[in-house]
Amino acid sequence: MKTYTNSGNKDTRSGFGAGLTELGKTNENVVALCADLIGSLKMDEFKANHPERFYQVGIAEANMIGLAAGMTIGGKIPFTGTFANFSTGRVYDQIRQSVAYSDKNVKICASHAGLTLGEDGATHQILEDIGLMKMLPGMTVINTCDYNQTKAATIAIAEHHGPVYLRFGRPKVANFTPEDQTFEIGKAVQLTEGNDVTIVATGHLVWEALEAAKTLNENGISAEVINIHTIKPLDEKAILDSVAKTKCIVTAEEHNYLGGLGESVARVLTKHQPAPQEFVATNDTFGESGTPAQLMEKYGLNANAIVKATETVLKRK
Amino acid sequence: MPNTQQLQDLTIQVRRDILRMVHKVNSGHPGGSLGCAEFFVSLYQDIMDRNDGFDMNGIGEDLFFLSNGHISPVFYSVLARSGYFPVNELNTFRLIDSRLQGHPTTHEGLPGVRVASGSLGQGFSVALGAAEAKKLNNDKHLVYSLHGDGELQEGQNWEGIMYAAANNVDNIISTIDLNGQQIDGSTDDVLPMGSVRAKFEAFGWTVVDIEQGNDIDAILEGMAKAKSLTGKGKPVCVLLKTVMGNGVDFMMHTHAWHGKAPNDEQLAIGLAQNPETLGDY
Repeated sequence: MKTYTNSGNKDTRSGFGAGLTELGKTNENVVALCADLIGSLKMDEFKANHPERFYQVGIAEANMIGLAAGMTIGGKIPFTGTFANFSTGRVYDQIRQSVAYSDKNVKICASHAGLTLGEDGATHQILEDIGLMKMLPGMTVINTCDYNQTKAATIAIAEHHGPVYLRFGRPKVANFTPEDQTFEIGKAVQLTEGNDVTIVATGHLVWEALEAAKTLNENGISAEVINIHTIKPLDEKAILDSVAKTKCIVTAEEHNYLGGLGESVARVLTKHQPAPQEFVATNDTFGESGTPAQLMEKYGLNANAIVKATETVLKRK
Repeated sequence: MPNTQQLQDLTIQVRRDILRMVHKVNSGHPGGSLGCAEFFVSLYQDIMDRNDGFDMNGIGEDLFFLSNGHISPVFYSVLARSGYFPVNELNTFRLIDSRLQGHPTTHEGLPGVRVASGSLGQGFSVALGAAEAKKLNNDKHLVYSLHGDGELQEGQNWEGIMYAAANNVDNIISTIDLNGQQIDGSTDDVLPMGSVRAKFEAFGWTVVDIEQGNDIDAILEGMAKAKSLTGKGKPVCVLLKTVMGNGVDFMMHTHAWHGKAPNDEQLAIGLAQNPETLGDY
């Protein structure tokens, strides 16, 4: 089984910051807006390098989304930065009308997504944002898995015309994808080859899926792990090709099972190739305070949970 | 530049367009549209510096954003009669497969529209973003926007209004249509807002009053004054006092025609009060 090495834990939000810094140097149309969370979003360097292209909007996310929509008129490529909760639910109607329906080239960049925000608790731990964003016509939805991929995705979305939701997180997690990768929107990345089960994971759960695959391998189960960084548009072919071989699937995400990656995968399978599926996701619940590791354990979002889900789905084949 | 009589003639034709558009589909918002007819005609025919044709980015020309999108009839009529799309297309207002949606949108590619509006309170932010882009592009042209007075009850406006003064966005002229009416009654009955002027001043804006907001000369004079106040470090707000339903006597001074179309008989009366000038579509 192909194995991956963690080059050292890093936070995905720093990948975003690094990507934005890079864009600042290479694309003069890129502008950045932040709602009083420059440090949290790692936008400091862009701000220092390009003060004229950086907009501190204060604690006013609705205005930030509207400003970004307006800045596209004149050819700018705005990147907005705040927590995932305030990037989506708080400003849903602004995104819906001024960005998505108006087809504005705004990049909504959201950190601290999911339970791994940790101790701040459920008010800040959004587990519904993927669903909210994927329902908007024309919106591209991306959830990256590590520092390197988040950096590459940040750079890639500037070249894509249209609204994008880029979701990443707070904690330092394994950094294992190539530093020099080319990020292709909508193109799944197959990480391991296997015959018994397909494990499709997104965001922080991708590394957990690789850890799970190792354990499963030791138990004689061969898992095909696929990194779905783009939830919309979904790489349906990659999923269907793999399930044609394995005949069952586990989906894994740091999100409610309602509205998340798992439901998108289920739709594809139901339409083209029905197969048993197990969902590693939160079970229609809010989160709570705790360390990221405690929360991922309690809410069943880690390698152990993926192993268990695999054992269940194999019995259903 | 057209003279006042020409603008007046166009205004009357625009009123006819508004009445006929909403009557045909028995839906739409004639009251606020009629109240702003003189403003739109003055803006598009005289005040704004516009390029020929339509380019979304609008570089090197003045831009306009309609925040209270429900007054789409007056917007569409004036856009068509200013050459953005064929006047005949006004026939398709609110019909299936039309570019003239109930509320304005870019989605069907209607020339002249730069953002969707209708869900209220979003226009300040978008207009301010476009004004910021103009500054980055070193484009000296201005951004104009229009907002309902009832619309100011939406909180997002005040985020934008606060942002504008704090960031010296002085290339914008935002007009508030002070007609004192909203769907459920007068603004004073629904949610009294106190002094709109005092609020804008407290938020750091320069405020210009146009007391006769249905008088073309008063509009031109007031907007010229507003224009002279741009570029001085502060955003500019125009308080345009209008009469809802202006030009059709039974629609005036009431919120009753906010979102109601005239029947056949009422249409005939309204049209008789506004005899054809430039030709109906």
